[in-house]
Amino acid sequence: MSTPASTKHTKLGSEDSIRRGPPVEVVRYGPGKRINHWVTAISLILLLLSGLAMFHPSLFFLTELFGGGQMTRWIHPWIGVVLFISFFILFAQLWKLNIPNRDDVKWASQISDVIGGNEENLPELGKYNAGQKFIFWGMASLIIVLIVTGIMAWEQYFGQLTSIPTQRIALLVHSLAAVAIILIFMLHVYAAIWTRGTIRAMTRGTVTGGWAWRHHRKWLKDMAGRGRIDPTK
Amino acid sequence: MANTMDSPRTAVSNPPVQPMETNLTQRDLIRRSATSELPPPERQLTPVAKLIDVSKCIGCKACQSACVEWNDTNPEVGENVGVYTNPHDLTADMFTLMRFSEWINPETDNLEWLIRKDGCMHCADPGCLKACPSPGAIVQYSNGIVDFIHDNCIGCGYCVKGCPFNIPRISKADHRAYKCTLCSDRVAVGQGPACAKACPTQAIVFGTKEDMKKHAEGRIADLKSRGYANAGLYDPPGVGGTHVMYVLHHNDKPHIYADLPDNPAISAVVQTWKGATKYAGLAVMGLAAAGTLLHGLFGRANRVSKHEEEEAKELVDESVEHVEKREEDA
Ligand code: SF4
Ligand code: SF4
Ligand code: SF4
Repeated sequence: MSTPASTKHTKLGSEDSIRRGPPVEVVRYGPGKRINHWVTAISLILLLLSGLAMFHPSLFFLTELFGGGQMTRWIHPWIGVVLFISFFILFAQLWKLNIPNRDDVKWASQISDVIGGNEENLPELGKYNAGQKFIFWGMASLIIVLIVTGIMAWEQYFGQLTSIPTQRIALLVHSLAAVAIILIFMLHVYAAIWTRGTIRAMTRGTVTGGWAWRHHRKWLKDMAGRGRIDPTK
Repeated sequence: MANTMDSPRTAVSNPPVQPMETNLTQRDLIRRSATSELPPPERQLTPVAKLIDVSKCIGCKACQSACVEWNDTNPEVGENVGVYTNPHDLTADMFTLMRFSEWINPETDNLEWLIRKDGCMHCADPGCLKACPSPGAIVQYSNGIVDFIHDNCIGCGYCVKGCPFNIPRISKADHRAYKCTLCSDRVAVGQGPACAKACPTQAIVFGTKEDMKKHAEGRIADLKSRGYANAGLYDPPGVGGTHVMYVLHHNDKPHIYADLPDNPAISAVVQTWKGATKYAGLAVMGLAAAGTLLHGLFGRANRVSKHEEEEAKELVDESVEHVEKREEDA
């Protein structure tokens, strides 16, 4: 017999719910968001490789991965379109939870405790910390810059859209924004690896109860308080 | 003759009849796009130039036809919009274009019909080559010719942004960049450019850059003696000089000739993009990658402790009890 209160609110395995276990697990991302995330991630990696090939001659050999220079030039903007669409579906789902709040200011001001791993000194956090929010908004704004400047530089279809002096600026901004997004991408991947137990949130969709307790206690307490607990597993 | 003369001296003479090896080879490259370690050329070819005397041009477009003929291109049949400029712009199939401007000279109140043969200037410091990301898609020979090697071109159009003269065009058919070659394939075997050879008034002449400058001097003196006080040679220093030069009767204002740039130079934006950004960007990304890798290997990871897992379990158990109690109460 399951308790009506918890079954009423908690669909089996739905996002932001606790599986009582043991061990306790928390569902952080449903399959939709995970698919979306990986489409975006793969696009970003392909864009990075094809873009770097055209950015610096020492990396031109990367064009071989795409079947030569002509293919690289052709496919790069199309992957950009895919990334833009898939990222902004994700954006629509996540932006509300990424609005900065007071806790984020405190968290960011104690960045040495973050890096030192002394999370007991930090405020309890909701689903996202300031670092994740920075990555989220950084990616979102850079992707907009990249798609706009990318379209201006897309010779095949938009070569006549803007003047040549404008296109020069677009290409400069595009390459600067690309360097910035690659740095943010590295930060994102690194943080996910360094904070052990994070990556499974995007593979299996779940994290351990301890992970949620350590890094996002407010989020965990909120789910528990609302009875979003699936007792069957 | 052929072995003593590295570059043709004129376009007027008929081509040599004996078979000839091409003399523009990989060994003669002084620049190659997206290539940092180009071996220095083994010899220095005599720099060549094409001189276009705007004051002698009658706008017959024999050069345009000769260019189409020699390069075997097929420009689309266009539409007449009431000007002689035809087609309306350079295209991937039209490497040179007579641009007609009607200009009223404010000093004399005379209408002057200015005709300028537009096309690649073969810059000593070529912006197209600087911008090109594809190794060997654009090369510069020691005789000054800047040539596009279509097999290596990826069709990105960066050369279009790099060029201060708005010359290269990307073909919609094969997605490769095209422009005037200065007839490199003719010059390589001792012949002058097709356009120069076809010009009926000798408004286009070809030879060594030195000879062309000398020839221009004579033309300029003649123009000055006939009242064109500002006549001069257009060999813009901002791009290191060019291997296609103009004699202009109004050299103080090149822009009246269908927007010929007054002081062309590679745009500072392009210089930043292809200079600081390219090198600093790569360095920053490399350092960041190395830094994260090192920290990842040797740094202390952020791990969840057993204790924290227990805390979570307690919290969840408590909440479940709480919920059950509430339900019993109800
Ligand atoms: S389009 Fe221009 S810049 Fe791009 S590869 Fe071809 S020649 Fe180089
Ligand atoms: S005129 Fe333009 S295309 Fe020709 S060499 Fe100069 S930069 Fe290159
Ligand atoms: S030099 Fe050759 S390619 Fe250039 S405009 Fe003349 S005929 Fe055409």
